[in-house]
Amino acid sequence: MFVTANYKLSFDHLRRALAGIDGWILALDTKGVNVWCAAGEGNFSTEELVRRLRDVQLDQVVSHRNLILPQLAAPGVNAFEATKLSGFRVVYGPVYARDLPRFLAAGCTATTDMRRVHFRWHERLAVAPLELVIHFKRALLAGLALALLAGISPAGFSWSRMTSLGGLALALWVAAYVLAGLLGPLLLPWLPMRAFALKGAALGAALAAAGLATFGASWPFLRMAAWLLLVATGTSFLLLNFTGCTTFTSPSGVRREVRWALPAQSAGAAIGLAAWALAGWQMP
Amino acid sequence: MKYLSDQISLRLDAGRCIGCGLCETVCPHGVFLVQRGKAQIRDRDACIECGACARNCPVDAIAVDSGVGCAQAIINGLLTGQETCCGERSCCGAKPTEKRRAGLIP
Ligand code: SF4
Ligand code: SF4
Repeated sequence: MFVTANYKLSFDHLRRALAGIDGWILALDTKGVNVWCAAGEGNFSTEELVRRLRDVQLDQVVSHRNLILPQLAAPGVNAFEATKLSGFRVVYGPVYARDLPRFLAAGCTATTDMRRVHFRWHERLAVAPLELVIHFKRALLAGLALALLAGISPAGFSWSRMTSLGGLALALWVAAYVLAGLLGPLLLPWLPMRAFALKGAALGAALAAAGLATFGASWPFLRMAAWLLLVATGTSFLLLNFTGCTTFTSPSGVRREVRWALPAQSAGAAIGLAAWALAGWQMP
Repeated sequence: MKYLSDQISLRLDAGRCIGCGLCETVCPHGVFLVQRGKAQIRDRDACIECGACARNCPVDAIAVDSGVGCAQAIINGLLTGQETCCGERSCCGAKPTEKRRAGLIP
């Protein structure tokens, strides 16, 4: 007997993994949420499990008394208590349903690897686009603001400067945004430092430098410095937000990082913007 | 991959531990090692504070402040002075959805 959530993908993964295996599937009502999140939120819980077992009168359906739960249900289920209340022996299976056949073949024992949550490069890349979409509007507004500011100089506002210099800045800004959003998650293990905000800043600085070397080599110093700071700040914020998508960050750690990173990023953005605007006065 | 060090709220009361081994079983990051009838914390910094070990320990030998690890929720929490929230419908609704799409969650 295998237990899962009533989230479609969870159910499908399980069903596919169990092809050719004789068993029952019990789907708990987790309001359509996957196993891990439902367990964290308390919908995949000891109480729900016991209640559902009673409702379907499982003890009448099967003669054995063994339940296999996904390991990631553990934040919500207390195995001892569930066993005591339901009369069914609760065993935690592997993290990923695809390992179930091997788990069963080994007499319901999981290898160390089956017990671990991974975060491989294709998984990191798969979650990347979402962050990009979520923040795209904000990023675009910031880029437009930069373009607008680029048009201002002692001579007043110049439409042609805004479109030439500002247009270039906007294009570079969006390019840096998209690249950072994809490369950040992808290169996560290799970016320096553990704090995501610092990883992001490092990546942003590298991207900004590359952009400057290619397109902005003639910019005055102040504009270059402002650009470096602004891009690094933006990517720092982007990667800080990526913590929510990973499988290896802890709430205490993120809280602590947000506490120092957010003020630093705000300062970076303010100084960068001011320098960017002032750079108009440096331009011939 | 490791996150920040020395930030984890995980506590183990080895005196209470009866060595059942469940904490080692349920932890998705191999934080615990149970040897000769006692659990020990092998890799504290790997802990993500999911709460699975504490929930399943039969003698309440483990405590951990589990919660939402999503920066957006924490930022919102800091800005509004309210509890950080999680869930499908609220601020960080995107997080579980996207994790699922990526097949990170069974
Ligand atoms: S809280 Fe989760 S990650 Fe941390 S030790 Fe417990 S089971 Fe492992
Ligand atoms: S779950 Fe509790 S009793 Fe069992 S080994 Fe871990 S700490 Fe010890």
